[in-house]
Amino acid sequence: MLELDHLTRRFGDKVAVAHASLQIQDGEMVGIIGRSGAGKSTLLRLINRLIEPSEGRIIADGRDVTALAGAELRAWRARTAMIFQQFNLVSRLDVLTNVLTGRLNRMSGPRVLLKMFTQAERALAVRALDRLGLAEVALNRADALSGGQQQRVAIARALMQEPRILLADEPIASLDPLNAKIVMDALADINRRDGITVLTNLHTLDTARAYCRRIIGMSNGRIVFDGAPEDLTEPAVRAIYGEHGAEQIDERITSTSLAGANMPALAR
Amino acid sequence: MSTLHPTQDPSWRLFQERFGRLQRARRAETLLLVAIAALLLVIAAAYTDFSPAQVAAGLPRIGEYFGKLFSIEPARGAAPVPVLAWDHLFQGVKQPQSIAYWFYRIDVYLVLLWQTVQMAILASVMGFTAAFVLSFPATRTLVRSTLAVMAVRRLLEALRSIPQVVLAFILVWPFGVGPLAGILAIGIHSTGALGKLFSELNENADLRAVEGIRAVGGSWVAQIRYGMVPQVLPGFLSYALLRFEINVRSSTIIGFVGAGGIGQELRRVIGFNIYEEVSAICLLILVIVVVIDLLSERIRHRFIGSLGTKA
Repeated sequence: MLELDHLTRRFGDKVAVAHASLQIQDGEMVGIIGRSGAGKSTLLRLINRLIEPSEGRIIADGRDVTALAGAELRAWRARTAMIFQQFNLVSRLDVLTNVLTGRLNRMSGPRVLLKMFTQAERALAVRALDRLGLAEVALNRADALSGGQQQRVAIARALMQEPRILLADEPIASLDPLNAKIVMDALADINRRDGITVLTNLHTLDTARAYCRRIIGMSNGRIVFDGAPEDLTEPAVRAIYGEHGAEQIDERITSTSLAGANMPALAR
Repeated sequence: MSTLHPTQDPSWRLFQERFGRLQRARRAETLLLVAIAALLLVIAAAYTDFSPAQVAAGLPRIGEYFGKLFSIEPARGAAPVPVLAWDHLFQGVKQPQSIAYWFYRIDVYLVLLWQTVQMAILASVMGFTAAFVLSFPATRTLVRSTLAVMAVRRLLEALRSIPQVVLAFILVWPFGVGPLAGILAIGIHSTGALGKLFSELNENADLRAVEGIRAVGGSWVAQIRYGMVPQVLPGFLSYALLRFEINVRSSTIIGFVGAGGIGQELRRVIGFNIYEEVSAICLLILVIVVVIDLLSERIRHRFIGSLGTKA
């Protein structure tokens, strides 16, 4: 179980995340929604401590993650994989090596420096790529791939970490609808089949509704909604997206899903 | 529906007024800076006795040396400069002013020239290696402690701010007369110069890959090895080759203080006023520098080419 206890982060006098308290059970798939700048990305980066909290604690299975340092902190990051909006691959390295970097935390210093990966690790990487339908591009350079393919490489890298938790920061915000569906399906599959807890920031409501049994809404750094998709009523949406939500947000307009492609404005 | 001409729109006028004020302020600032710079230039020229009159007086004499070189006076033993004349140019070693006479010690020169190039190679490798290691702690985006970054940067500055000849002169004392002192002097200077350039490349590198490696639980070294090095290495190599070209030139000069190579020989023949040999050595240095510049430019363009559009 992952527990956030009054987690707070300030940048100067601006509060990015304010007293966020949450409990997330193992195996949940949670979507986090909110406007740009609501603190979603900061919240995820606090969990794997890419950003240090100003206040509050993170507790995983009874252990205080906020107190970890050095090798223990790196081991926590290895168990808490992350994928990014911009994929964050090493663009000049081939796909296979990118996936193999998911193993770096378990490797000795000299092996890291000399890029000495074992046969077993290579086999595991190819299997991870194959699961995401990318085995045939294993030797291409990462930047030769399309955005959707790069995000799947990033997911394969995350799988190599054999994580307990997967943090996804706007995983589909830079992708077209078809690739967005492929990536979200992959995340759902990892959640269901491998039992990995998935926490994902999403910028569209309907994606959150379609894939997550639990949705968390953030506004100005605070958690203002935590519940099932059914509970996400119009007042709740307004609380998350602010006063501009006074006019009802038409989810079909912002939708990136293929099913909702018949735009109301165009149909007229 | 009467439409106002866009320039008569009141909001445009307001904008124009503000924009004009801003522009005038900027122009005044630029003028002031130019005036200050011009004043400093005049002061500096007065202080160093740099006058256009003196330059004008010396200018016609620039060709004198070459004029003497190609004057058709017959060779008469020790001339102030070697005299080039067709009738004796291609004669044997015994004839003063012939090519064979000039280059009668070509075997020694070539060995020394090779030594000079080797000095440059070793100094460049030394500088590259040390600069590679030091550039990462000198990169603000990789190190949280600004104090540590500043410390490494000041060190690199110190290494490159001491003139190489002074450094070589100091190093000749402990390491003796010979190439070792020269190699160390050029190597130390290269470390400082390359370290700064490398750290600037590092700071321009895309940090997303580094963040990616940090997120998989990679150590600081792993973040650099996988996130940073693949991005910056082509640039590093390009800079290092450029440095090698500079080092070939430096290593010819550094011999003047007894630090080995062709420079040491050049100083000796200058000391003895053996002008034919001075010219011969200068010619050889010119040839080797041009050849190495051309070669390294070719190789460098390959690296830059492989950088592609996203440098």
